[in-house]
Amino acid sequence: MTTAIAPVCFAIDSERVAEALQAIAAQLGSADGEVTLDFSSVTRIDSSALRALDVVARTADEKSIKIMLRGVNLDIYRVLKLATLARRFSLVN
Amino acid sequence: MPENLVPLSEERIAYLEGLVSQARMAAAVFSQCTQEDVDRIVKPMVLAGLENAQYLARLAVEETRIGVLEDKALKNMVATEFVYNYVRNKRTVGVIAEYPERGLIELAEPIGVIFSLTPITNPTSTVLFKCIMAIKTRNAVIFSPHPSSWRCCSEAVRIMYETAVKQGAPEGVFTCLESHTLQDNAYLMHHKDVGLIDATGGPGAVKAAYSSGKPALGVGPGNTPVYLEKTADLDMAVVDIITSKTFDNGTICASEQTVVIDDEIYDRVLKKFADLGTHICNAKETALLGRTVIDPATGFMQPMAVGQKAVDIARFAGISVKPNTKLLIAPIKGVGREFPLSVEKLFPVLAVYRAMSAEEALKICVDVNRAGGLGHTAVVFSKNEAIIRKFGEVINAGRIIVNSPGSIGALGGVYNDMVPTFSFGCGTGGGNSTTDNINVYHYLNIKRMARRTPAHMWFRVPNQIYFNMNAVENLRNCPSRSTVIISNPALEQIGHVDVVRRSLPPHTQVRVSIIPDAEPDIKIIAQGVETLNFYKADQIIALGGGSVIDAAKIMKLKYESPEADLEELAAPFLDIRKRVVQYPTEKVNHSRLIAISTTSGTGSEVTPFAVMTNKERGIKVTLADYSLTPDVAIVDPQFVMSMPKGLTADTGIDCLTHALEAGVSIYASAFTDSNAMQAIRLVFKYLPEAYENPGDEEARTMMHNAACIAGIAFSNASVGVNHALAHAFGARFHVAHGRANALMLPHVIAYNASVPTKFMPSPNTRAYVAHKKYAVIADLLGLGGHTVEEKVTKLVRATEQLLDRLGVPRSIADLGISKEEFERAMPDLTKNAFDDPSWRSNPRMPLISELAELYWSAYRGRSAAGDEPPVASRPVKEEVCV
Repeated sequence: MTTAIAPVCFAIDSERVAEALQAIAAQLGSADGEVTLDFSSVTRIDSSALRALDVVARTADEKSIKIMLRGVNLDIYRVLKLATLARRFSLVN
Repeated sequence: MPENLVPLSEERIAYLEGLVSQARMAAAVFSQCTQEDVDRIVKPMVLAGLENAQYLARLAVEETRIGVLEDKALKNMVATEFVYNYVRNKRTVGVIAEYPERGLIELAEPIGVIFSLTPITNPTSTVLFKCIMAIKTRNAVIFSPHPSSWRCCSEAVRIMYETAVKQGAPEGVFTCLESHTLQDNAYLMHHKDVGLIDATGGPGAVKAAYSSGKPALGVGPGNTPVYLEKTADLDMAVVDIITSKTFDNGTICASEQTVVIDDEIYDRVLKKFADLGTHICNAKETALLGRTVIDPATGFMQPMAVGQKAVDIARFAGISVKPNTKLLIAPIKGVGREFPLSVEKLFPVLAVYRAMSAEEALKICVDVNRAGGLGHTAVVFSKNEAIIRKFGEVINAGRIIVNSPGSIGALGGVYNDMVPTFSFGCGTGGGNSTTDNINVYHYLNIKRMARRTPAHMWFRVPNQIYFNMNAVENLRNCPSRSTVIISNPALEQIGHVDVVRRSLPPHTQVRVSIIPDAEPDIKIIAQGVETLNFYKADQIIALGGGSVIDAAKIMKLKYESPEADLEELAAPFLDIRKRVVQYPTEKVNHSRLIAISTTSGTGSEVTPFAVMTNKERGIKVTLADYSLTPDVAIVDPQFVMSMPKGLTADTGIDCLTHALEAGVSIYASAFTDSNAMQAIRLVFKYLPEAYENPGDEEARTMMHNAACIAGIAFSNASVGVNHALAHAFGARFHVAHGRANALMLPHVIAYNASVPTKFMPSPNTRAYVAHKKYAVIADLLGLGGHTVEEKVTKLVRATEQLLDRLGVPRSIADLGISKEEFERAMPDLTKNAFDDPSWRSNPRMPLISELAELYWSAYRGRSAAGDEPPVASRPVKEEVCV
């Protein structure tokens, strides 16, 4: 297993989360194996970030890359469940 | 999707999926917002709606060619300002209500994605209203406007959306379908990610919403009847009706459709209408109008008439009216297809009916209500409160508007204090799930967090208890004009009745009523009540065992409340505080009941219970209510000194059973435990002495006290399954109550000490503790043992030894009952035991099969000395009971 981009630590600012995720999506093309995104500092998420996560998940599916979200707090976990995105990632503590 | 619709193209599905996905993401993001966040967003939206009220009204009129610009502007303002006034201080996020005294908290859970249909009649106001509700509740909405109002609705959505997003609402929170079809609607109505359909519109839209299988708010057509009753303020009524029916050219579905007018005021009312710019049609014009505005094929209004001016409608129909005519009134003679104008007319045409009586008027209103208006709105103008109430009773409408305009009244917040809305729930009559004015709470899942609330407990005993030798002398403190002593032949014969008589204050009129020494049946009760009535008793003294005292309790009940239905009062109940059948509180006679017990077992002198035997049905009926508790109890051992040995044993074990069952009852408390434990200790110490040495005054006194103390315990903690079994068994096989209890007792202790198949629901108990309480009892008795299990075993054994010492038969078989006979009786025994209220407080809920097992255990009998004691099932291990 190769971890091409891991872990990426996001700040709590949701706009920066979206930007970071968009960058991740762009880099996924060159990655293989597993990627871990560190969500432990993320306390709130906005629409752009959710959309970016959707893109990340789709791209990862296409490239057969496993995306793991680390340290997702309960509130963000609930948002991911409501957006039906949680099942598309592996969530790790 | 319904099969009769053409399938959607892949491109269209992708478009619709995109909308849903966007809304789903928005709803997910929105779920993070706080109350302050949403309130901060809502207010600017409301202001934007107000600023654009006229603009949106103009767009709506231009696009739909329906209604009145000025009125639509007003509707937009009501939809924003009035709705905001209602929701501004409402909590819709997190905890929205707290009821500390009930241990309840309500929390809001957003629905997520709402699919919303909006009507052509109130297009922009409905959109503004729904946008405010959605933001206030953190939901995302996909709008599907009526095709003929798409432009104005999408503009209203745009204004609301841009304002909301600017204030922090998530992107995609509102979207509006572009040029949609029925297939689009059907696809979205069935989409798994759509949480709710809010369909405001015609019957087709509402039916489609409800047929989708999704939760839906479907708000459809009405047919508002108006009763203009002769006492009404006619000037006000006429102005209100004109105001309402012409508002936005009658497009609000709550507007008046048929006015039923009392004969006495009919002509005056029509003149007032005419004076204010209404054209009153003659018969020919009414017929012309009916043919023009109502489709003869369907019986419904013609769409081309909806929201048009009165003068234009008159012109379509070929009726000549004055240029400023604002309303057309068409007299009709009935309701139904022969009278086309009796249906809903969303334009300024009003049917009127002349009623010759209030009865006829109300019947016509019912007819109109049922001709397409069920559950919607109705109006009454009257000063007669009885008429208003009657109207409310006979009309099925979610909104019954009194002395005010129907349409604006139903909207709420203007003429009354109803919740402001643009969607009217029509209840089941209208195929809807609610009759409410739809509001923010319908856009929420309200979660109720219910904390454990221990039931209130009690400790109730007679006002006075006198005890120890010669306590009967306290009767001197009980003045009475007419006292009836109820006793049995044996007690009279041995002179106990005379002792009581002599103890009463001088000059008391005393009569003695002797009843058989057996559990009372209804005939004995009736005779006793006759005696009480004949002598107008103000004091009843029950001198005897449980049967006599129980009989006296029931006689007193019937004497004071002759209407009391004993059969009904014996109805089963689960919780005495919530019982269906209440005991009477109104009394025609008043009397004091003094109970003097002559056995040491039942505790009846202090209990709120009375047992009757229904000989015909072969069962015992247990009455239970604190009103049955004697006022005074006298526990005087002189009356038990001559008690026979067998009776001493049986009643003593009855007392022990009371105490043991009260001790482990789910209603046990610190108050009852102290009594139960003390009674158990006294029984184990003094019952053998009292049995073997009947003349032992101390033993007799202590056992007499023990019975009373155990009575106090089980009066407040109740008994358990042992009594349920014993009642059914005793009634079937005519076995004395105490003996029946004794035969079950060791088996029931073992049963209650083992792991329950079913726990008894009880807010008062935090864990299963029956086995531990038995262990405490074993310790109290000094039985030894190290573990709970050992102590329970020793208690069972000690009980068996006590029974042996008292000469109680070891088994039911020992009573001479054959196995076949017992087997035949088993279905009735278990049924009656299960119906018996006694077990409702047992710590372990008995299954009917377990009742049978217990009966069979008792049939086989308890162990002989040296054998293993009975164990009904696996004993509770201490570690599994927290």
